[in-house]
Amino acid sequence: MTIRVLLFASYADALGPHVDVDVPAGARVRDVLARVRALATGKRIPDKPLVAVNQVYAADDQPVTATDEVAIIPPVAGG
Amino acid sequence: MRTAIVERPIDACSLLSEVASARNGATVLFVGTVRDINEGSEVSGLDYSAYGAMAEKELASIVAEACERWRTRDIVVEHRVGTLELGESSVVIAVAHPHRGEAYDASRYIIEELKQRLPIWKREHYVDGRAEWVANAR
Repeated sequence: MTIRVLLFASYADALGPHVDVDVPAGARVRDVLARVRALATGKRIPDKPLVAVNQVYAADDQPVTATDEVAIIPPVAGG
Repeated sequence: MRTAIVERPIDACSLLSEVASARNGATVLFVGTVRDINEGSEVSGLDYSAYGAMAEKELASIVAEACERWRTRDIVVEHRVGTLELGESSVVIAVAHPHRGEAYDASRYIIEELKQRLPIWKREHYVDGRAEWVANAR
């Protein structure tokens, strides 16, 4: 299945505002991350970044489906 | 309670009057402002960008937590995104409560949580022409 991954700030500077990656059915957040980090310039993203699934922070073993909105969250700077 | 991510200047006084009332003996207003020096670099301005839909949700969650913990509904928070100049307000938190201790505590809780949790990013522009993404201390 193809997962669209949203990117922001410095991660978007390196990879664009989103990338599409293919993962097997039953994949988890960490599998999606591994595919993104395997892209050219993907190493700009750290090993264990914050990730959100459907706009809620998610653990790296959370399963993902093709309809999920997955986002990699750079270190935040609100306030 | 009311929360919003906005792309216009924040009017702190209007947030204050939104929460103040005769049942509340204390109203605390926190205003976060764009500062001219950060870690030794002279700042000329900055851009905030957000994961908008998630930032709205997360800000509402943080304020709902504060409302429940300190038993008030009189909290209003706005966070601005876009390009800001020095001295402009990036975030305003208005908390009203019957008692001052709770009002201060709830206000402090909200600013500390949003600095850790809100998916908002800041790119500082410096007087020397450089620009950098900066992160909050964890």
